[in-house]
Amino acid sequence: MDPALKRSAHLILALLIAISLSGCQAFPGAAMSEKEPRPEIMGTGDLGLIVERASGSVLVINTSRHEVLGRIEGLGDLSHASVVYSRDARYGYVFGRDGGLTKVDLLTRTVVDRIIQSGNSIGGAISQDGRYVAVSNYEPGGVKVFDSQTLELVADVPANYTSGQSESEQSKTVGLVDAPGNLFVFSLFDAGEIWTLDMSGASLAITRFEAGKSPYDALITPDGRFYIAGLFGEDGLSMLDLWNPGQGVTEILPDYGKGEQKLPVYKMPHLEGWAIADGQAFVPAVGHHQVLVADTSDWSLTDRIPVQGQPVFVMASPDNRQIWVSFAHPDNDVVQVIDSQTLEIIRTLEPGDAVLHMEFTPRGEEVWVSARDSNRVTVYNTRTLEPVATLSAEKPSGIFFTSRAHVLGL
Amino acid sequence: MGVVTMLITLGRTQSLNSSWREGQWRRLVSAALLFGLVVTPATVMGDESGAQAAGQARLANLVVQDCGSCHGLTLRGGLGPPLRPEDLGDLSVEAIAAIIREGVPDTAMPPWKPLLSPKEIHWISQQLKSGALVSP
Repeated sequence: MDPALKRSAHLILALLIAISLSGCQAFPGAAMSEKEPRPEIMGTGDLGLIVERASGSVLVINTSRHEVLGRIEGLGDLSHASVVYSRDARYGYVFGRDGGLTKVDLLTRTVVDRIIQSGNSIGGAISQDGRYVAVSNYEPGGVKVFDSQTLELVADVPANYTSGQSESEQSKTVGLVDAPGNLFVFSLFDAGEIWTLDMSGASLAITRFEAGKSPYDALITPDGRFYIAGLFGEDGLSMLDLWNPGQGVTEILPDYGKGEQKLPVYKMPHLEGWAIADGQAFVPAVGHHQVLVADTSDWSLTDRIPVQGQPVFVMASPDNRQIWVSFAHPDNDVVQVIDSQTLEIIRTLEPGDAVLHMEFTPRGEEVWVSARDSNRVTVYNTRTLEPVATLSAEKPSGIFFTSRAHVLGL
Repeated sequence: MGVVTMLITLGRTQSLNSSWREGQWRRLVSAALLFGLVVTPATVMGDESGAQAAGQARLANLVVQDCGSCHGLTLRGGLGPPLRPEDLGDLSVEAIAAIIREGVPDTAMPPWKPLLSPKEIHWISQQLKSGALVSP
């Protein structure tokens, strides 16, 4: 190398180190393994993906080392992107907004396969047996099912419904999850219905249920029994008991905001992840700055916890001792932590501008929080509620750890 | 802002290369040059035009990122309708501004008047009409 170039490079490197040291915070108690060299052969159990929504890329990260292993690019429009994992936890299926379905390899950090399967989509699910990946589509509305190995189309399910003028239309679909019995379950935003798609037989079977007005997202309880859709069009949630589907959809928490002026909602809440603790379920209210608490034995409303904005994510830590809440614009620069026993807010954290997502490590000792407009992911210790590491990321949104590979409904 | 930019560049270089080899020095030099280019204009910009540019950058980010969570980053639509110039049809800038200001009842579109000034709403409406914020 040219010695002059090398000298200037040394100078610049020194400058860079000075800048990065002043910009980085050094945290005590960071994972001990951080300074050790990366092993040649890796498992995937402590890996994950962070969506970089604006640049169409994902970061492959290691949760033990608080480290970015690499970046995979070329994934298209990743606004509202989400990820499910193959059962060997090696491959991630990334669902983009532009209808893109991309299969990425966390070990080689490459795109294995990529298809554009619709014009506009909103997430997906992997079947109980790992054979099928389903995608929830807005345009054209419906669900498509693909072979998880080859990404070949297995089933195309248009979400047909009859609208007011008795015209047949295709509804946008939301809240697509997997359920026991190799089912996929999803909701029809425009039609107000919940459908189950049975993939266990030689031919698929669809069952339709009437639900409430404008379901915007849904979740399934960890045991796979209750599928619950949040409603934008009315106060309340639609619940389908998959152990007793013959009973149809029942409405829970009806009229939770009755008599109160609704506040504008600048970002739709998300129901992914299930906050359930001590026999109580925690869900975001829509149009009210509250977290609703329901008794899971009869689904009655037992409490309403005032929070500092419109809640988006309401997530329980794996030990169910804490409920972490993120918020919609313009109150989205903080996260509030609720004690699940006392129902009191125990800490208000400031992870950065435009906090979009939170993901707990599988046993819950840490939680990773993305701050889009700060281009940063902060890792918090859930016991001390103090940050232990920060990672740079470009407009980070969803954070998805491989432990999801073995969790029903994720 | 400069520090953040640099950290990203550095983090990227590190993450993609496990060891420092010959070629990396050259890359580092060019990264540092880029750093200089990014920082310089911000420091020489006048106060007034700087504040205006910063305000517009903030609004543009709001449209692409926050409106984008329902209407798509490329404004091709999502739970909300697409907002590219060809989708807005005959809607005038004033009509678009009215929708942003008041929201659309019985839909997920909220009124933005509590958060944005009339001037800001007008600027956003103009950008939507002209397609200035639409990425390819």
